[in-house]
Amino acid sequence: MIYYIIRRLLYAFPILLGINILTFVLFFVVNSPDDMARMQLGQKHVTPEAIANWKHLHGYDLPMLWNEEARGGDKVTETIFYQKSVGLFLFRFGVSDSGRNIGADIQQRMWPSLALALPSLVVGLLTNIGFALLMVLFRGSYLEFGGLVLCVVLMSISSLFYIIGGQFMIGKLLKLVPISGYDEGFGAFKFLILPVVIGVFSGIGSGVRWYRTLFLEEVGKDYVRTARAKGLTETQTLFRHVLPNAMIPILTGVVVVLPLLFMGSLIMESFFSIPGLGSYTIDAINSQDFAMVRAMVFLGSILYVLGLLLTDISYTLVDPRVRLS
Amino acid sequence: MSSLLSIKFRRAGILFFVLSCLAFLLAACGASPWNDPYPEQDDKQAVLYMSFAERPKHLDPAVAYSENEYAFIAQIYEPPLQYHYLKRPYELTPLTAARLPDITYYDQQGQKLGPAAEAKDIAYSDYLLEIRPGIRFQPHPAFAQDKQGRYRYHDLDQSAVDALATVSDFAETGTRELTAEDYVYQIKRLAYPKTQSPIAEIMKGYIIGFADFAKHSADKPRDALRALSMAGVEALDRYHYRIRIKGKYPQFSYWLAMPFFVPMPWEADAFFDQPGFGDKNITLDWYPVGTGPFYLAENNPNRRMLMFKNPNFHPEVYPAEGEAGDAEKGLLQDAGKTLPFIDKVVVTLEKETIPNWSKFLQGYYDSSGIASDSFDQAVQFTGGGVTLTESLKEKDIRLHTSVETSIFYMGFNMLDARVGGDSDKARKLRQAIAIAVDYEEFIAIFRNERGVPAQGAIPPGIFGNEEGESGINPYVYDWVNGKPKRKPIEAAKKLIAEAGYPNGVDPKTGEPLILYFDTTATSVDDKPLMNWYRKQFQKLGVQLVIRATDYNRFQQKMSAGNAQIYVWGWNADYPDPENFFSLLYGFNGKVKHSGENSGNYQNAEFDRLFEQMRNMENGEPRLQIIRQMQEIVRRDAPWVFGFHPKTFSLYHGWASNLKPNLMANNRLKYIRIDPVKRAELRRQWNRPVLWPLAAAGVLCVLLFAPAVSAYRRRTRRPRPDAMAIQTEASR
Repeated sequence: MIYYIIRRLLYAFPILLGINILTFVLFFVVNSPDDMARMQLGQKHVTPEAIANWKHLHGYDLPMLWNEEARGGDKVTETIFYQKSVGLFLFRFGVSDSGRNIGADIQQRMWPSLALALPSLVVGLLTNIGFALLMVLFRGSYLEFGGLVLCVVLMSISSLFYIIGGQFMIGKLLKLVPISGYDEGFGAFKFLILPVVIGVFSGIGSGVRWYRTLFLEEVGKDYVRTARAKGLTETQTLFRHVLPNAMIPILTGVVVVLPLLFMGSLIMESFFSIPGLGSYTIDAINSQDFAMVRAMVFLGSILYVLGLLLTDISYTLVDPRVRLS
Repeated sequence: MSSLLSIKFRRAGILFFVLSCLAFLLAACGASPWNDPYPEQDDKQAVLYMSFAERPKHLDPAVAYSENEYAFIAQIYEPPLQYHYLKRPYELTPLTAARLPDITYYDQQGQKLGPAAEAKDIAYSDYLLEIRPGIRFQPHPAFAQDKQGRYRYHDLDQSAVDALATVSDFAETGTRELTAEDYVYQIKRLAYPKTQSPIAEIMKGYIIGFADFAKHSADKPRDALRALSMAGVEALDRYHYRIRIKGKYPQFSYWLAMPFFVPMPWEADAFFDQPGFGDKNITLDWYPVGTGPFYLAENNPNRRMLMFKNPNFHPEVYPAEGEAGDAEKGLLQDAGKTLPFIDKVVVTLEKETIPNWSKFLQGYYDSSGIASDSFDQAVQFTGGGVTLTESLKEKDIRLHTSVETSIFYMGFNMLDARVGGDSDKARKLRQAIAIAVDYEEFIAIFRNERGVPAQGAIPPGIFGNEEGESGINPYVYDWVNGKPKRKPIEAAKKLIAEAGYPNGVDPKTGEPLILYFDTTATSVDDKPLMNWYRKQFQKLGVQLVIRATDYNRFQQKMSAGNAQIYVWGWNADYPDPENFFSLLYGFNGKVKHSGENSGNYQNAEFDRLFEQMRNMENGEPRLQIIRQMQEIVRRDAPWVFGFHPKTFSLYHGWASNLKPNLMANNRLKYIRIDPVKRAELRRQWNRPVLWPLAAAGVLCVLLFAPAVSAYRRRTRRPRPDAMAIQTEASR
């Protein structure tokens, strides 16, 4: 398995390089260094001299990918692409075009994102699986039918409605928790209750239906019939046999997003004023901050590759038939 | 054994549940409401709670140039001058300066001239400023010294830097007296190219030696700035400094009230420039060092900014004079009392308007603007004007309105072959459009009546703006029943016919005249506005084609002069007509001179009058020239003078000394808060409502009881399909 992991990590390098080139090309197709300078320097009194000075100080006065005027290896290294990209592979994200250290910003902002995303994921997963198993238990009954209808209703409502409605009901009318905000340490608890509850509730409809489908597929299999024939109760059958056998598709959906939990949720964090990473990339795109955009795309790619690798590894834990070689 | 364990676990679970419920109820009985987002101990302090929607990018006063940045740095840094908080029209008063600057004019030979000297005779002007002694900087580690007088934190090694997270991690702080040298140092920072000050290029044209300093310091490290001298800026002694300006530029005094000209101690640069500090975002751009009433205690613009009262703040008192009516409004009750009145300012990031509005109504913000989605909840328009709704009046919320010193206009590219130029035909076309585009309707539909139609280039509150019949734009409005009334569309149709497009038809093609509107409005939300613009032009029979592009392409079009019609805005840097007329000055043309004259308007007479007017003191002769200039631009119509935005701000009754001041950014020091009243009202407004929780619990039990019973029944007996298998197996 070690060789497999090393091989997969080596595969990641060309992927990440490709993503870097693609990000670079896409960004500079839309934004020129002059546009970036204009955006950073503000609306008033932006002269060509100020733009030239900004480009020089931020290293955007170099050629994009190939420096014709340089000699030897400098033809490659004395370019915007090389200067801005090499540090990423060493996890040196550098300084944003507005002067902030990106690595320090990410470190500071990823924890609130995680504080929101992790409980939302865990509680949501347990709730969805629990309800899905109940529906499978009551399959063919009015309870299952009612549950299905409720799921369809819940998944038909926009997540924004849950957020605004939840803030209105719980925060404004009942006044049980703060409408928005955040605090450090345990103080964060009262600020996270509402977004976590809303996050879980808004995902119930689709989540329960998805897991119900997985479990229904499993309950029709021969081993389930055998378990019942052995005299196991329906609950024992579901929890001891059906659930572990449905873990492969569950893990496929869950483990891959685990590393990405750091990246936060744009809408949730925005409405609940949680100082996470959710809006970091969007803010960077809006302010045409290439340094931040490339850092976030690079980080997202690494985390996704890592998530896929972890998913593969997790298969070996739940299914002894899977071997990584 | 296992059953015993199970019983123990069950008991422990019940105990945990009961304790949790008790804790919950005890919390409910606490003094602070459940939904209070702030620590309970803050209730007793004079804390001002505000919100911000857009994070500041820079807090370095040499770089910051936007309102959301000034909201912070203006409380921390102090320029030599400030705007009087209460008096109108806006008036400069000394802040750290002992008095307003002494201005002396000199001719080409260096001979002193009198104050009434002609601008053409003045070669340079000296601004002599005297700083009040005894003003001290906020406590800061940059000033901390050991017993030998060496700076403790100016030469940290890597291990010491590694141990740092924020600037508050330094154990010791120090301070020192403000000197004239600190102001001189900041002007050097403005010129230093690595600072990238947005006003560096402008100041090269005004301050003597500024451009040379920029050139010579370009390749020098930051710590060399102190030793380098700038020809036109000099500290004469500990409390006096002089700035030498090219020619005559009376508006320079206004610049001295802006954060660009605040003092900067060299120690701050020496401290923050150390290796490794930038990697931790410990920079001067993030941690200001000032002499103002507050200092920045926490800077987390993704969550909140905390400002505490500066313990070293110099004595400053609330003004004793204001404009007529201020005393009746209670604005002079604190006259002569020491500033500031609040101990702490908590500014929280609220990106979304809905939670921001809800928290304001709950009393967790002391002030709020009014977003369009909560507008109807907040205000109503009656015959007598705008008033608050009853629900807000019951909460003792106050409304403050003020017309901003800004203008939003529809501009014509005067280089364009169709709408631009000085021909009578093009002028009449522009005048016709100016009548047709009904900004009264625009303000009603798109701004909830929050705006005033503009009659010229100068906003209300700035010298040269005139009220009444003499102040209207006679090419667009008639004076009817004591009010300006937009001319009927027939007048516009007549003008467009005279322009050569009868009924809006282009005689060359026989088709409706096609004009192009360049905009960055690309979102679906902008569609109603774009349709509205189209309809305004349709009144003339003209077809308006919307050319929506992203911001970058739009800027490129404007820089190259490829746009035809566009909308643009300007917010006053200082309250002088020169700041607005400069947007129409020919030598500020965007295409030829990269200036702020976005429409590239050029009129020789206007330019001549502008050059004369800009150097004059306010008074009747200046007003006469301004009237002539207004007449020229109204006739030439390079802009459709759109509107001046009107700000609606809401404040709770526990906040006092509030008066809109659109030029002063350092307003927080004047505000008074009654924390006792606020805490009491917050408790009243935020009592938790628990019965729905209990009802929901009962409902859950009622719903789950049949499900649990069904579950038990089902798990007791095998499923029919399982029984069938068993039966088959037994056979």
